[in-house]
Amino acid sequence: MMKKLVINSAWCKGCGICAAFCPKGALEVVKEKVRRKEGTDCILCGQCELRCPDYAIYVDETKEDGNA
Amino acid sequence: MAGVNMTGVSPKTAQVSDLIWKYMRPENMPHIWCPGCGHGIIMREVAQAVENLGIDRDKLMIVSGIGCSSRAAGYMDANTLHTTHGRAIAFATGIKIANPELEVIVLTGDGDASAIGGNHLIHACRRNIGLTVVVMNNSIYGMTGGQYSPTTPTGEFGTTAPYGNIDRDFDVAQLAIGAGATYAAKGSVYHVPQTVKLIENGIKHKGFSIIDVADVCPTYYGRKNKKGSAVNMMQYQKDNMVPADKAKTMTEEELKGKIVVGLLKETEYPEYTEEYQKIIDRFVKGAK
Amino acid sequence: MPKRVLMQGNEACVEGAIAAGMRFFAGYPITPSTEIAEVSAVRLPQVGGHFVQMEDEIASIACAIGASTAGAKAMTATSGPGFSLKQENLGYACLTEIPLVVVDVQRSGPSTGLPTSPSQGDVMMSRWGTHGDHPIIVISPSSVKETYELAIRCFNLAEKYRQPVIFLMDEIVGHLREGIEIPENVETVDRPTVEHPTAKLAAYHVEPGQLVPAMAPFGHGQRYNISGLFSNEKGFPTNSNELTEEKMQRIMHKISDNYDDIVQVEETGLEDAEVAVFCYGGTTRAAITAVEEARAKGIKAGIFRPVTIWPFAERELDAVCKKVKKIVVAEHNYGQLLHEVERVAQGRCKISFIGKVNGTVITPDEILAKIEEE
Repeated sequence: MMKKLVINSAWCKGCGICAAFCPKGALEVVKEKVRRKEGTDCILCGQCELRCPDYAIYVDETKEDGNA
Repeated sequence: MAGVNMTGVSPKTAQVSDLIWKYMRPENMPHIWCPGCGHGIIMREVAQAVENLGIDRDKLMIVSGIGCSSRAAGYMDANTLHTTHGRAIAFATGIKIANPELEVIVLTGDGDASAIGGNHLIHACRRNIGLTVVVMNNSIYGMTGGQYSPTTPTGEFGTTAPYGNIDRDFDVAQLAIGAGATYAAKGSVYHVPQTVKLIENGIKHKGFSIIDVADVCPTYYGRKNKKGSAVNMMQYQKDNMVPADKAKTMTEEELKGKIVVGLLKETEYPEYTEEYQKIIDRFVKGAK
Repeated sequence: MPKRVLMQGNEACVEGAIAAGMRFFAGYPITPSTEIAEVSAVRLPQVGGHFVQMEDEIASIACAIGASTAGAKAMTATSGPGFSLKQENLGYACLTEIPLVVVDVQRSGPSTGLPTSPSQGDVMMSRWGTHGDHPIIVISPSSVKETYELAIRCFNLAEKYRQPVIFLMDEIVGHLREGIEIPENVETVDRPTVEHPTAKLAAYHVEPGQLVPAMAPFGHGQRYNISGLFSNEKGFPTNSNELTEEKMQRIMHKISDNYDDIVQVEETGLEDAEVAVFCYGGTTRAAITAVEEARAKGIKAGIFRPVTIWPFAERELDAVCKKVKKIVVAEHNYGQLLHEVERVAQGRCKISFIGKVNGTVITPDEILAKIEEE
C-alpha cells in the first residue's frame, strides 16, 4: 500500500479551503489552482480531502500493482 | 482515511478518490457549484456515510428538489431523481411507500425544504416515514442570485432584503422536531467527521430523520453580508461551534450566531411503511 | 362469468384502475372526487397496493409520480381547484416520461365555484394547464360502465406511451350510479423496461423504431438520473439546443403520430344525419334523449362524441362536417371545445352552441331546441 497526495487541477476552483485548513501549511493557491508548497511536509492526513468541495484533492491509496 | 470497498466497482479511469469514483458520476464533473460552495462537501459527507454503512448503490435512492443544492442528484451514482421546487420529500414519500427496500435520502436546500416545501417537510416528520433528509442550509437562495430565505437570520441581507431582513428565521431542525421528527441533528461543512456520523446514524434510524447541515455560500450570502471568503466562513464555523449537548443548556441569546453540531433528538416510533404493511398483511398473505 | 353490480362512477374509476394494475394511489379530499380516494383506501391494501392521503394536492401528484418511478402503476384524483395545483408536476411527468393517471372530476368553477355542481370547465386546462408545450392524452367517460373501461384504457395508454393521461370525468358521471358488468379478464399493458438493467444503460436512450425509452424502475441496478430539466440520454441536465429539439420532437410525436391508436370517438345515428350534436362526458346523456326526440319528430339527428378529448378528434369530425348541415355543440362551459369544432368545420356547416355555467345540467329539451332551430 502506497499513499500519495493527488491534485486534480482540472476540477480545482481555487477556493483555498484545503490550504487554509492544512495542519502543515503544505498547500498554496496560485492562479486559482492549488498546489503543493515547496519546502513543506505533507503528512497525508487527508484533512484537505474532507473539505474540498470539488473533489480535486485526495490521498490516494493505490496498491503497488496499481489497482485501487 | 478509511478504505472504500471497491468490490463490484468498475476500475477507475478518472483522477478521483475511490469514494468519489464509487458514489459520483465523474463524467458530469467538475460540478456547477461556485468556488468555495459547501454543497460539494455535504455531498461527500453523504457518500461517506453511505459507504460506512455499506449500502448497495443499486438500492440507494437520492431525491432532490430545485435550487443549487438539488443539482446534487445528477452527480451521485445511485438511483437519482431531480424533482420540482419544494416537492422532493413528496416524491420521495411515494418512492419509499412503493418500494420500502430502497434507502431514500433527500438532498435539499433551506428554501426548498422550509419555504416552498415546508408543508411536505412537516408532514413527513409527522408520518415518521423512513426518509433521511439532508438540508444543505446556506441561508440564501443561490440559484436565483441571493434572495433571503427562511433561514436567513433577522437583520442580514439579501437582494430582496436590501434594508436588512425583518423576517424571523427558522431553525429547521427544531421545526422538524416540533412536527414530530424522530431523529434530528445538526452538522456543518467544517465538522466533517462529526457530520458524516450524524448522517450515518440518521440513515440507520428507523423512521424519519433530518440532518440540518450549516453550509457556506461565499458567492451570495458571504458577499451580501460581508462574511469574507469561503475560508473565512469555514473558520467562523470552526470558531463558533457549540456541541448539541452544551447548546441545550444555553439561552436563545447565547446561541445567537453559534453553529450547533450534534444530535438534537432521537426517539423510537413505528415507521410508516411498516405500519402500512401490517394493513396489507391483513388481506394479502405473503405480499411484499 | 362477468359480475353485474350497481356502482357509482367514482367507484368504477377505482375498480377499473385496479383491474388495469393500479397499485398506488395518493390523494387529497376534494368534492366531487373524494369517493375515488375513499374507495382506493379500502381497496388497495386488499390487493397488496398502497393508498396514502397526502398533505395537499401538489404532494399527491408528486407522491404518485415518485411511486411510478419505483415501478408502481399510480394514480391521483382531484377536482378543479386541485387540478390547478397539480399542473406543475403534471408537466414534470410529461417531460420525464413517467406513466401516471390523473383523474379530474370536474365541478363548477372558477375558484371554489360550486363544488357539488356539474361542469366541463377544465377541458382547456387539461390540454394546456401546465406551462410549456407538452404532449397530453385526455379521456372523458359518459357512463359508469365506460368509466370502468376507460380507466383501464388510461393506464394502458400511460404505460405504453410513458405519458401522464388525464381521466377527465365530471360531477354527473362521478356521482352517477348504474348497473355495470365487471369483466372477468381485462387486457393490460406494462411500460417498456429493460431485461438486464445495469448502470451502463442510458435510461433515456430510445432504440430506432421505438416510441419511448425502455427503462427499469428505480432500484433494479440501472442507477440513472431523472430530471425536470432537459437532459441527455443518461438523464443528466443539458443546455444543448439540439438535444432539447430532439426530445421535444420525440415526446410530441409519440402522441401525434399515434393518433389512430389514441383517438376514440363514438358516432351514433350520423349515417343519414343532417344535424350532429357534438358532446362528451356527462352531457352526452341529455344529448341521447334529445336526438331520440328529434328523430321522433322526423329530424335526422345524430351524435358525435369524442371519447378521447385530446388529441382532438379532428379527422373524424372533419368527415362529419362534410355531410351535416349543422353541428350543435353542447358542453358545460362557456365554449371550450366549441372553438375546436369551429376550427375543423371551417364554415362548411352551421355551428350552434349550448353551454351552461350556472351549476345546472343541460336538459334534453334545451338541446332539442337547438337542433330544431333554423
